[in-house]
Amino acid sequence: MRILVNEEPRDIETATLAGLLDELGYGDARVATAVNGAFVPASRRGSLTLDEGARVEILAPMQGG
Amino acid sequence: MLFYGSELSSRLMLGTAQYPSPEILADSVRAARAGVVTVSLRRESVGSRAGQAFWSLIRDLGVPVLPNTAGCHTVKEAVTTAHMAREVFETDWIKLEVIGESDTLQPDMFALVEAARILSEDGFKVFPYMTEDLVGAERLLRAGCQVLMPWGAPIGSGKGLNNVFGLRALRAHFPDVPLVVDAGIGLPSHAAQAMELGYDAVLINTAVAQAGDPARMATAFRLAVEAGLIARTADPMEQRDMAVPSTPVLGRAVLA
Repeated sequence: MRILVNEEPRDIETATLAGLLDELGYGDARVATAVNGAFVPASRRGSLTLDEGARVEILAPMQGG
Repeated sequence: MLFYGSELSSRLMLGTAQYPSPEILADSVRAARAGVVTVSLRRESVGSRAGQAFWSLIRDLGVPVLPNTAGCHTVKEAVTTAHMAREVFETDWIKLEVIGESDTLQPDMFALVEAARILSEDGFKVFPYMTEDLVGAERLLRAGCQVLMPWGAPIGSGKGLNNVFGLRALRAHFPDVPLVVDAGIGLPSHAAQAMELGYDAVLINTAVAQAGDPARMATAFRLAVEAGLIARTADPMEQRDMAVPSTPVLGRAVLA
C-alpha cells in the first residue's frame, strides 16, 4: 500500500498507524501523529487503520520561539 | 503574578530556536534564568533523532516548556498542532499563533479568537500571540484566555516596542490580566521598557540567539527584565515638559 509520510511517498506493509511507526523505526521516540489532517493520540494508533493514499504526519520536538 | 495558577521563577521567557549550537542554547537558558522556554513541533526524517536529543536537552534544563503553534495559518492547523504538542510535551499550556500575513507575521486576530475558544473549551491554557488590539484582547479573554501576549514588533525584527501607546492602553484596560510582550524585542533596553510599562514578562528569542555571544546577551536580558520590574514597583516619577532643578536653589552663592 502506498501512503504519504510527511509528504514523502512510501510503500508500507502494515495496516495500522502503530505498525507504521514500528516499520519506520521510530521505536519509543517521542512523536505526535496526525492522519489526513486530524490528530491521532498515541492511544489510538494501534486501532487506526491506514487507507491507500493516507497522509500521515509524524512530528517531533523541535526548537521554537 | 500567576500564569494560569503558576508562579514563574522569572519574568523572562526564552525561545529555543536559532542558536549556533545546543550547548550555546543550554548556556543561554541558564544565563537568562528563564522562567519558561518555548518549543515547537516539526517533521523529523526517519532515522534522525534530532528531536529526541533536543527534548532530552530541554528536559535536563528543568524549565517549564511552552509549546507553540508557529507557522499555522488556519484555526484547524493551530488546533491540531496544539493537540499534538499537548501529547508530546505533556503540558496543556500552548502559545497560540495563527499567522494572518506573511511579511509581518501579523497574527490573524479573528482566527486567533476562534482557535482560542476551541482550545480553552478543550482544557488548554492558551497564551495567545496577538496584536495590541484592545477589542481583540477583550474577545480573547471572553474566549477563555487568562494571559495575553501582544507583539512589540514583528517577529525577529528587533525593533522594540512599536506602539507604546497601544501597549500602555492594554495594560491600563486589563490591570489584572498577566500581559507578556512577545516578539520584536531586540535589545535589553526594550525589555526593560516593557517591564517599566507594567508588563508582567517578556518573551525573547532572536535577540539572544542571534547575538554574537548569546549567553552573554541572555545575562543582559535577565538584568534588564529585573531592573524594569523593580523600577515599576518603585513607582516611577511623572514626566514633565519643563526643567525642574534637582539641586536646591536655596543657599546658592551670588558670584555674578
